[in-house]
Amino acid sequence: MSAAFWAQVRTVADRDLLRERRRGEVLWITIPFGVIALLLVPLAVGTDIPLLRQIGPGLFWVIVMLFGVLVAVRQANTDTPAQRDAAALLGLDPAASFAGRTLTSALLLLGFEVVVGVAAVALYDLPLRGWPWLLVVFPLVALGLALLGTLAGSIVSSVNSGTALVPLLVAPLSVPLLLGATQAFEGLRLGHSILSWLLLMVIVVLVLTIVGVLTARPLQETR
Amino acid sequence: MQRTSVRTLPGVAQGTPRAVLEGVGVRVGTTTILRDVDLRLGAGETLGLFGANGAGKTTLLRVLATLLKPDRGEGRVLGAALSSDERYDVRDRIGLVGHVPALYPELTLAENLQFSARTAAVSSGRVDLSLEAVGLGKAANRRADACSHGMQRRAEFARELMLDRELLLLDEPHSALDRDAADLVEGLVDRVTSGGGAAVLVSHDRERVVALADRCVELKAGTLV
Repeated sequence: MSAAFWAQVRTVADRDLLRERRRGEVLWITIPFGVIALLLVPLAVGTDIPLLRQIGPGLFWVIVMLFGVLVAVRQANTDTPAQRDAAALLGLDPAASFAGRTLTSALLLLGFEVVVGVAAVALYDLPLRGWPWLLVVFPLVALGLALLGTLAGSIVSSVNSGTALVPLLVAPLSVPLLLGATQAFEGLRLGHSILSWLLLMVIVVLVLTIVGVLTARPLQETR
Repeated sequence: MQRTSVRTLPGVAQGTPRAVLEGVGVRVGTTTILRDVDLRLGAGETLGLFGANGAGKTTLLRVLATLLKPDRGEGRVLGAALSSDERYDVRDRIGLVGHVPALYPELTLAENLQFSARTAAVSSGRVDLSLEAVGLGKAANRRADACSHGMQRRAEFARELMLDRELLLLDEPHSALDRDAADLVEGLVDRVTSGGGAAVLVSHDRERVVALADRCVELKAGTLV
């Protein structure tokens, strides 16, 4: 891929990050709601610390999945038809647009994971054994969800179905990521190797990247 | 504004049409939007396009912009066949200003143009010059959603000025513009056509378009008359 392609990827990511900074949807709406969702569970089951510690990692990843995909779909589906036409007439490569939007969503989701993760550790008294591995797990999950959400956003945008199709598209495809993330967390807690779960997530990310890049042009042209 | 003489673009032979449509048809579901449209747009030519609401004017512009592939017929725009992937390669030479603004509302006018310049690999130094040229120099740092519809249209004209288009498609170019700003349309069209490009103006304002166009055609129920 050429330097011009990567320049367009960066241009799209810069634009979307600036738009998000001005809108503040992730910072002021999604992150606080994610923390509130984590807070509701102790309110429901009481201060049963061993129970919270047991269910905490799973709850954390479910919340990351649900909010993460919504963030990514929203990011991928914000443009009006006039804006999409104008971008096409600038010579914007659809694959570069896909990559730029995915990059934006991944960065936003990484921020979401970190803030909600700190809240989860505080609320559920989660152990931090093997935490350096989270420096790999968090970006992988963020990238995987960003790819999934951006792809789903492109599909619903191309068929003008609104966001009604999103759960059907995303739910089955997010299972390997959810499984990999929760099992990696559990492996770290028990001191087991998590390489197989990391490999699963890497494969998911690679497959979604290839599918996203290859379908970017056809999805744009069917709008 | 004085029209300048036509000079041919490098690599464009004299008389080479900038767009040719032959028997083009477009359907959406069971509705026929365009039917057997034949159109030839020469180098340096400005075409006025009229028609009632729903006649297919915007659809025809989208076909000429290569954004909509015809269901029937054949066509070439800037030398690229509409039925092939060649059309992707000429898109950055086509300018389209629709009646709905395409600016990003959260970004300033300058940031919107900088995005266009960076995407199209044009020098960012042209952003300020283009905004000045359309009278928006002092509003460059105002967010698009804080600008009037007329200012947003001017900003879109600035984008087209900056990008050196060879085919310019304007949908209701005079709407929301004051009398002074109407000169901008003429200047923009003249800049494109004097370089050997071509322009199509869709409008309900016949008087203004007739004064600007070399010839005019009308769409009735998807057919050119």
